Amino acid sequence: MHPHTKLKRWLTGALLALPVMVCAESRLETSGKAGLELRLFPQSPQFAEQYDTANLSGFIEPQFFYSWNDEADYVKFIPYLRWDQHDRERSHADIRQLTWSHVGEDWELHSGISKVFWGITEFQHLVDTINQTDGVEDIDGEDKLGQPMLHLSMPRAWGVLDLFALPGFRERTFPGADGRLRSGLVVDSGQAAYESAAGDNHLDLAARWSRTLGDYDIGLHWFRGTNREPLLRPGTDAGGNPVLTPYYEQINQFGMDLQATLDDWLWKLELRWRDGQDDPFWALQGGFEYTLYGIAESDADLGLLLEYGWDERGRDATAQVQNDLFFGTRIVLNDAAGSELLAGIGYDLDYHSHSLQLEASRRLGGGWKASLDLRLFSGDELNDPLSALRRDDHLQLTLERYF
Amino acid sequence: MPLRLFPGIFLALALLAVQPLLHAETAEQKGHAIAAESISRDSGWGDMKADMQMILRNRQGEESLREIRMQSLEQANDGDKSLTIFDKPLDVKGTAFLSFSHAVGADDQWLYLPALKRIKRISSRNKSGPFMGSEFAYEDLSSFEIEKYSYKYIKDESVNGLDCFVVEQYPADAHSGYTRRLVWIDKAEYRVQRVEFYDRKNSPLKTLSYSGYQQYLDRYWRPERMDMINHQNGKSTELRWTNYHFGNGLNEADFNKNSLKRAH
Repeated sequence: MHPHTKLKRWLTGALLALPVMVCAESRLETSGKAGLELRLFPQSPQFAEQYDTANLSGFIEPQFFYSWNDEADYVKFIPYLRWDQHDRERSHADIRQLTWSHVGEDWELHSGISKVFWGITEFQHLVDTINQTDGVEDIDGEDKLGQPMLHLSMPRAWGVLDLFALPGFRERTFPGADGRLRSGLVVDSGQAAYESAAGDNHLDLAARWSRTLGDYDIGLHWFRGTNREPLLRPGTDAGGNPVLTPYYEQINQFGMDLQATLDDWLWKLELRWRDGQDDPFWALQGGFEYTLYGIAESDADLGLLLEYGWDERGRDATAQVQNDLFFGTRIVLNDAAGSELLAGIGYDLDYHSHSLQLEASRRLGGGWKASLDLRLFSGDELNDPLSALRRDDHLQLTLERYF
Repeated sequence: MPLRLFPGIFLALALLAVQPLLHAETAEQKGHAIAAESISRDSGWGDMKADMQMILRNRQGEESLREIRMQSLEQANDGDKSLTIFDKPLDVKGTAFLSFSHAVGADDQWLYLPALKRIKRISSRNKSGPFMGSEFAYEDLSSFEIEKYSYKYIKDESVNGLDCFVVEQYPADAHSGYTRRLVWIDKAEYRVQRVEFYDRKNSPLKTLSYSGYQQYLDRYWRPERMDMINHQNGKSTELRWTNYHFGNGLNEADFNKNSLKRAH
């Protein structure tokens, strides 16, 4: 028999058997989402090679869940794939999650590739440490790469203790030369260097204790290992062109997050102390969210957010936030379509640059969701990281299908 | 004997104690007693799991669907703990909501957002807001505690062919969306049969009808269906309950932030 035919037969058989297996076990659950995204840039690009005007991109993120042992054991698998019209770096695949979890009497162990979020503030995620940022996805730093980990969690009367062993490091992703929303010089990830002789195989360790005390939710964490945030050093690529090369140092870090939930007020504070190759430094992000419920006798809620971000290194900070004020407003209509609008302005008190972000979304029928994002940037000082984006104002339209 | 020195005082004290029994019960006392009896009859269930389907209909008759699984744990001297998992609409699938309700004071509430793997502590102040865009407000779905209202018995009336007490309930919480609720409770089993809601201006706002009551563990009655009609905006929400299960062996550990993150 022709091997091709054989394969075809096998595939057909497997595909026919799959739903039967699913029905018989009924413990495999499949869901996920796929989306199309259109970005429109009214201004011509600041740097040569960057694409002009419009960019189309698409993604798919299925989710598989399989449990046994009365859900005391389960496997979760979330692969991710993005295609981008112009930026080859943005076209990428990742395993967002592939974990086996076991839930014991008063402990649980999650082994594999996963994502862990720490933090409470909205405009910057200072204490969110475990996962690397998937920098090609978006500029808000909320998209993360799957991190290999052993995660032991122990809920006790005195709080929840989470212990992490993190073998294997994920390098941050950066837009390619063709991409918009990038630094002036392209980051050449192929030349990534590490402080640790173990390179990207250094075993990182982390611990977090968190607890609710009445109206207060507090978390304390410690992390030792490879800094997720690289230092970008000037270099040249194989062709002799100037590029930035990422350098990943070893750090020791302590941090705290604290939220007070007092009636209509949410008070938030994130604090972080980090010791690396340079002097140790503090950084903080704090503020409040105040919500007016049922404005003008409607069902809509209006949230007002104010946050301040500070970094002890000041203008020498590698982070975009060093002395920045953020103001935001969130309007939630509480309608059947789940319509929401979020607008935020970030203002840099050192460089006097600002960025404006507007996100609106609503449901369209059963499994569809449409979003509109508008982002505007200003920044004339070349030392200001934001100045690289000053011609990258854009409108983004996203259509997502859930299944 | 010293007692003999004050027989008059003891007689007076005894009479004072008996006085409420001698006089007719006030409407407030009767209303309170009916609520207390319905709570007492629904105590001791321990833990419960159930699935809920919500069908939202607008004035044009267009429908949208929500599917929710929930589990609750009874608390002896406080409001219940509950964990709610959203299956539909699909864009919020996997979102989970943990609530520690309290008889007095604000409830503790956390929301789990699966895309970010983020737990958010949220304000429970939004009692009068719509739940998932439906005609049910959050306060309509929270556990019933005696301290949440003051009461007044109004009259007897028949609803669904059942002889009912009609009791007016006045929310203690200033953030409630209602001035009062008029509640029909059947005399035989003390089950809520109908509720009429009056808005902050005391205008008729919504009517909620319960149907398909089934008894579980030979004691606890649960409705299969709850129909909420909003008279002011013409919208309605039909709520269907299935798969009620009691005695699942749930404990405190099934209602913490870890179980919230595990929800799927």
